[in-house]
Amino acid sequence: MFYRENGQFKTSYAADQAIFPILLDRIAIMAILLVAFLVVPLVATQYVYTGILIPFLILALATIGLNLLTGYCGQVSLGTGAFMAVGAYAAYNLVLRLPGMNLLVAFALAGGISALVGVLFGLPSLRIKGFYLAVATLAAQFFIDWVFIRIKWFTNYATNATAPELLLFGLPLDSAMRRYLVTLAIVVVMALIAKNLVRGATGRAWMAVRDMDIAAEIIGIRLLRTKLIAFAVSSFYCGVAGALWGFMHLGAWEPLTFDVNRSFQVLFMVIIGGVGSILGSFLGAAFIFAVPILINQVPAALGVPISTALSSHLEAMIFGAMIIFFLIVEPHGFARLWQLGKEKLRLWPLPH
Amino acid sequence: MAFFFEVVLGGLLAGVLYSLVALGFVLIFKASGVFNFAQGAMVLFAALTLVRLTEWLPFWAAFAVSCLVMIALAWVIERVVLRHLVNQEGIILFMATLGIAFFLEGFGQTIWGSDIYTLDLGIPKEPSFILESIFDGGLLVDKLDVFAAVVASALVLGLALFFQKTKVGLALRAVADDHQAAQSIGVPLDYIWLIVWSAAGIVALVAGMVWGAKLGVQFSIALVALKALPVLILGGFTSVPGAIIGGLLIGMGEKLSEVYFGPIVGGGIENWFAYMLVLVVLLFRPQGLFGDRVIERV
Repeated sequence: MFYRENGQFKTSYAADQAIFPILLDRIAIMAILLVAFLVVPLVATQYVYTGILIPFLILALATIGLNLLTGYCGQVSLGTGAFMAVGAYAAYNLVLRLPGMNLLVAFALAGGISALVGVLFGLPSLRIKGFYLAVATLAAQFFIDWVFIRIKWFTNYATNATAPELLLFGLPLDSAMRRYLVTLAIVVVMALIAKNLVRGATGRAWMAVRDMDIAAEIIGIRLLRTKLIAFAVSSFYCGVAGALWGFMHLGAWEPLTFDVNRSFQVLFMVIIGGVGSILGSFLGAAFIFAVPILINQVPAALGVPISTALSSHLEAMIFGAMIIFFLIVEPHGFARLWQLGKEKLRLWPLPH
Repeated sequence: MAFFFEVVLGGLLAGVLYSLVALGFVLIFKASGVFNFAQGAMVLFAALTLVRLTEWLPFWAAFAVSCLVMIALAWVIERVVLRHLVNQEGIILFMATLGIAFFLEGFGQTIWGSDIYTLDLGIPKEPSFILESIFDGGLLVDKLDVFAAVVASALVLGLALFFQKTKVGLALRAVADDHQAAQSIGVPLDYIWLIVWSAAGIVALVAGMVWGAKLGVQFSIALVALKALPVLILGGFTSVPGAIIGGLLIGMGEKLSEVYFGPIVGGGIENWFAYMLVLVVLLFRPQGLFGDRVIERV
């Protein structure tokens, strides 16, 4: 009833190109940001920060990264975990070997290194397409897994990489709340950049390549350049997400943190959230992240004692069944549901 | 020199085992265009079913019942999942098979248990020596691997005959060529899919039997699927002989690289060597060695 565009006239080019053209969207976004930045720190407990909010935000960032590549540029990748690993270990080594480096600079550089690796493994994408490419990106996954397990220099000759004491502009990030706020700020800024990127020339070129690369080439889009930019930007996002996962969420991590299961997890988030949607990335990440937690809580809440092995099997079963169910009901993900809801709201309560 | 041939032979025989898993992928991809990631989970499920049934039944009966179980599974998958996802994009179907994989892994281990079970095929474990007249001391060969190779060849021969000589095989090839055209001349798509998934299920059962005898039936044989993927793209998604030759090449390359190149870089390279090899091959032949060339039109 209240959610509609009509009556919202655009009187300037700036208004016409606004990132959120509908007033209610702007209000909703501001409200969500206000809650996330001001209300949450007042009410959240330690568990909510470390168990839910921080990992959710970081996974959402990785999902945005993969969505830029898979959803917008159409290149299916199963190497997300690897690019996250590169980011995490790059940040670790930067901070370790260049003491006194600003944390944000380290994250950005880690993202940059990850982007370089992404470009390297994106090079075959010009020749290889579809599922062949997906399997080829598994090469990145397994190779990088191996690098961080076997080449000890990257892990400083320890099994686990341990994040140093986190200092941001002299302020120690020792409480979960501070880490949450820093993570939130990074994720919000990067999500906004991504949203703008896909509206602009770059994003349009990606989408043209996704829809049909030969046609895109004919209208003058340079394929290699476009695909490599997509790989670079995507890996940058995944790299930063990996660095955050290591530094802000885990504190200490082993190479297996970023194994192929992580790649699948993020891919699930993209598909369930909605291929080619920034909002969907957040929704998908929330859903896929929350489901196993909820499944774990249910037997305990009902007071049914089950063994850990059985519960993990049941979890896999329910998770698999939910994925299938969801794909059958809405193959285009939450983003599509949200869009349908919006259409309905526009006509409500008098649909014609 | 004998050592070199021994490594090559060991690699070839290991490659046959990869081929067995890759074969299931190829069957389903060929006939339905679905990249079935659940093949590994099907191998695990089939092996678990077989090994637990042999506790009560004689082996041949257990094998027959397991075949029926895999056919029933194919029917359920077609009914519950695929039928509702007709005409969706490949990636959606791929994700659905990932869902099936999760479900099957959980389901199989819930009903059959998640310990390590040993499957005894009655083949002696001790290795034997062959070609002693040519090489000094002969070549070391695992009897189980030889058994696997024989089974794989029989399976491929059977499938080839089935595809080429029977009416159903003809319909299968028609569906593989063009779903819509096949449907329009009266090929029942759901029936064909049922047959293909059943065939893939039985291939999974055979693969599970051999892998189970080799490694013990346990969760890790579901991960064999990841080993089979490079075989698949090397041979091409759409080629049955490709899966076999790809398997042989990968198996051999893996063993040779592990023995001669592994120690230089610190070992453990078998996890990614095949993938890197395949990546290089794909740069020159994007559809794999034997895959159909994809012709794109605007």
